[in-house]
Amino acid sequence: MAQLVTPPAPAPALAPALPTARPHPITGAAAAQRGAWTCPACAAAHPLAVAREQLFVCPACDHHTRIGARQRIAQLADADSFDEWDADLAGGDRLQFTDTRPYRDRLREAQVRHQLPDALLSGAARIGGHPVGLAAFDFGFMGGSLSAAVGERLARAAERCAQAPVPFVCVTTSGGARMQEGVFSLLQMAKSVAALHTLADAHMPFISILADPTMGGSIASFAALGDVIVAEPRAMIGFTGARVITQVTHEELPPGFQTSEFHHARGLIDVVVDRRQLRQRVIGLLRVLAAPPGRAGTGAPAA
Amino acid sequence: MTAGSEGAREADRAWERIELSRHPERPYSLDLVARCLEDFTELHGDRQGGDDPAIVIGLARLGPRPVAVVANQKGRSLEERGRRNFGMAHPEGYRKAQRLFRLAGRLRLPVLSFIDIPGAYPGVAAEERGQAWAIAQTIEAQLTLPTPYVAVIVGEGGSGGALATLLADRVLVMEHAFLTVASPETAAAILFRDAGRKRQAAAALRLEAANLVEWGIADEVVPEPPGGAHRDWDGAATLLRPRLVHHLDELVAAGVDAARRRERYRRIDGFAAAPEATTRGH
Repeated sequence: MAQLVTPPAPAPALAPALPTARPHPITGAAAAQRGAWTCPACAAAHPLAVAREQLFVCPACDHHTRIGARQRIAQLADADSFDEWDADLAGGDRLQFTDTRPYRDRLREAQVRHQLPDALLSGAARIGGHPVGLAAFDFGFMGGSLSAAVGERLARAAERCAQAPVPFVCVTTSGGARMQEGVFSLLQMAKSVAALHTLADAHMPFISILADPTMGGSIASFAALGDVIVAEPRAMIGFTGARVITQVTHEELPPGFQTSEFHHARGLIDVVVDRRQLRQRVIGLLRVLAAPPGRAGTGAPAA
Repeated sequence: MTAGSEGAREADRAWERIELSRHPERPYSLDLVARCLEDFTELHGDRQGGDDPAIVIGLARLGPRPVAVVANQKGRSLEERGRRNFGMAHPEGYRKAQRLFRLAGRLRLPVLSFIDIPGAYPGVAAEERGQAWAIAQTIEAQLTLPTPYVAVIVGEGGSGGALATLLADRVLVMEHAFLTVASPETAAAILFRDAGRKRQAAAALRLEAANLVEWGIADEVVPEPPGGAHRDWDGAATLLRPRLVHHLDELVAAGVDAARRRERYRRIDGFAAAPEATTRGH
């Protein structure tokens, strides 16, 4: 597929020889070495093989554990169908930002630790045979925050889908803006929405899948603009986090506040789907949306 | 001189600018609307059951030219501040803004936006009624508006709540106004786990108006009367009005379409650490 814009030379952040990946800090992969997986919600221990088969949803309490971008893609896409886009697109520190440490160092550390260029992976994939563009956030990477590189990957992914044309599926798990990139992070909200418009022009669907958590600038831009919005059970979703709301307003939070189910009941989310049924549900949507009558030849399932 | 004291001075300077933009005597959006525009009629309500006084919409003239207006409004008296919720908008405010963008498109009116908002309201009711969705849809409404659109940040430009009425063809920023990804207090709480370090956060976020122009996010800094706009409202309006006229005239003459506006925001980069890093051709 034609590359629309060639990125500026990335910061020399992704040196070729990255140290070996450490166990994933979120999925409890540290326990993998012991062959067991412990649910972070109910502390029940399960054999790793069982946890993996259950897509890291706890068989005891149905808690949906946060998973990384690569795992998410592996769970959703057909085997070996994912072909990553913009693998070299990373970096960005226009503010030369330093808080307690230089941002540059934090970013580099996250890249090494998570073996990712930034908090979003995107690429061409097939889901149930349907060609799609697939993007997935990684919450472990600086809270899945919306950096300039993430915004650019997202925008290019949407544009490639429009050009192909194929549906765009994005799984978001993001704390919102990345403070260290200042207004450049804020403006990614505008960039992503501008790029999504190309999909509308191409009459291609955007399926927005929300996972725990999806907050701030991410839900207040691209993630809320899915033609269909799907969410995992009990994911926390909202503009302002509960802690800040309580601090600022001293309001009492209603039960289930900002969960998927809470928003679903208020008409803001179309469907709440257990992760173990998510792939089948997406395939079902793609059967309808990828090749409707009158749009023959676009996005038809592969032979 | 130690680096520490230099850093502290920089933080003090950064904080002075924030205090000027929040000065209680600073002209608010409607003070500038009254001084820059004629025949202003406020329109009320989102036509979906709500009317948020934190966002004002209306119709007016800028000289001979009819315009549609959207403005954040903080409120001056204690009563008005309460009624307008200190300018912090609820979803109904954003839906009212969407109504204004639709109206402007249908009647082919250019849009003027005045931005002065600490941030979208962080409350339970706002979340229940879809604050994030309302902001996202307002961003989209701006990026499909078919008519010329000029925005001016007149005070605080706080986060996504400001972005919802900022994405114009030309963005002006008053000398002592700012745009930020999060309020310095919030940023300090996140970055330093200490909201008290707001001065340091303000300095690190580089909130000077001139930076927005250097970074291609705003087009022009509009000067204020000596000492700041709070000292001379008429003087501030006298400096602002010709710039609104100038940019609107240019946009009308050039012909505007939403695709060009989308392209403007699509091009925001933020990668290059140094200005010499440029986009290569393909």
